[in-house]
Amino acid sequence: MVNRDNLLAWIDALAQVYADNKQYLTQLDSNIGDADHGINMDRGFQAVKADLAKTNPADISSVLKTVAMALIRTVGGASGPLYGTFFMRASTACVNKNELGPADVVALFEAGLEGIVQRGKAELNDKTMVDAQKPALEAMKQALADNNDLQTILQKGVAAAEEGMKNTIPLQAKKGRASYLGERSIGHQDPGATSSYLMLKAAADIWA
Amino acid sequence: MKKLINKPEDVVAQSLGGVAAAHGDLVKVLYNPNIVVRADAPVQGKVGVISGGGSGHEPMHGGFVGMGMLDAACPGDVFTSPTPDQMEAATKAVNGGAGVLHIVKNYTGDVMNFEMAAELCQAEGIEVVAVVTNDDVAVQDSLYTAGRRGVGITVLAEKICGAAAEKRMNLQQVADICRKVNDQGRSMGMALTSCTVPAAGKPTFDIGENEMEIGIGIHGEPGRKRMELKSADEITEMLAEAIISDLPYKNGDSVIAMVNGMGGTPLIELYIVYNKLNQICQAKGIKIVRNLVGNYITSLEMQGCSITLLKTDDELTALWDAPVHTPALRWGV
Repeated sequence: MVNRDNLLAWIDALAQVYADNKQYLTQLDSNIGDADHGINMDRGFQAVKADLAKTNPADISSVLKTVAMALIRTVGGASGPLYGTFFMRASTACVNKNELGPADVVALFEAGLEGIVQRGKAELNDKTMVDAQKPALEAMKQALADNNDLQTILQKGVAAAEEGMKNTIPLQAKKGRASYLGERSIGHQDPGATSSYLMLKAAADIWA
Repeated sequence: MKKLINKPEDVVAQSLGGVAAAHGDLVKVLYNPNIVVRADAPVQGKVGVISGGGSGHEPMHGGFVGMGMLDAACPGDVFTSPTPDQMEAATKAVNGGAGVLHIVKNYTGDVMNFEMAAELCQAEGIEVVAVVTNDDVAVQDSLYTAGRRGVGITVLAEKICGAAAEKRMNLQQVADICRKVNDQGRSMGMALTSCTVPAAGKPTFDIGENEMEIGIGIHGEPGRKRMELKSADEITEMLAEAIISDLPYKNGDSVIAMVNGMGGTPLIELYIVYNKLNQICQAKGIKIVRNLVGNYITSLEMQGCSITLLKTDDELTALWDAPVHTPALRWGV
């Protein structure tokens, strides 16, 4: 089960993961975008940490909402609205829940992805964060249906996200700034898919 | 990286500080969220016109805040879209009761952040209409991309919409003018060198001493093709041909023409481009009735230029000629 403290531990871990991968994500973004994804994610999650420390939200849903608002306010670019919407929808999915069981965790990621798809209108294979998140969600739903425990569900999700992330390498971007490269976007891993993979991997590591 | 900065993370805030110090008679700068607002905002009964985008394109947009142009600008981090709280604050600061027009350049991040801001403002009862500019003909395959980028026409749209709002046209009318300007405007740019985002610390792309990028975006995004460096006349022909054939601009058309520097190209070179552009237009019977030559929508220190043409008529030209008083554009006052 994931309670409020476990959730906060995940957010804390995310802030560390994005700080550690600031240069890496920015490098991926400079290959096919505008060289700021790592910088923006790091800035966003530092603000998240500061806001959480300041407001100390009482429950899971309000923690997620605080994360959303901080990201929307500080990340900018496309990632700000997209990850902001992810956490906003996740917050809604967790209203009145004090603990998240396996089905609740999968529901959190499902609601988040739905928000991202609505905001960004990307489909699978457009070379975006959806390419990591959608296969991950499908793998997690299958693992949940097979009555696996949370750890196994998340591990299967991470494996699918990693595969999806790597699958973006041969794709030609159809959404976002990378789409302007046309065929020249082929051969590069998508930075958004990478930050999405890192997000899920941090959850699997922390909630193991 | 060699830049006239203090710390990369302070670039935007310290530059805004300079704008406030230099142009306090025209604009005020508010922080957290960062916005540049016309000094006398809100103007009662006038449609508010705001825009915004990543920093690094100066003077766009903050340099265009003032009488006859923008009521407010939302500067994001360098090359990063501003955030919805900025647009929300700007919209509220300029709302004089007649609604607010958002002029949004077509980039995925800008469009999404402005959308979220418009939702927030509308929830509070402020009427907002957004018009997205997308004039960059370098993007050919709009179906399979995020669509044409918004570039040079944004400068012309901000001037013309600002004038329309000063004339007390209503929100729908100002938005219609904006759409008309966008529909009749086309641009394309090129780069000789890359730019360096301060926080990234190294050039966004590698380009050889004898190479150029045709169709470059204003963030250093690649364009149509990388090719061997050509003369100014040949480059101007390539850009002009792509633009003129796209709308197309025809014999007998009147246009407002902008030759814009990307930030690192001196005026002496921009005038060489304008000279050739003028010859090309004359040969095709296209009359340049107004022009702008200079750095208006830049890409940090990138060397290169862009050309924008706007097919104009009496209404648009009169709005273009209307008085404007901003840090970067001033006439008629």
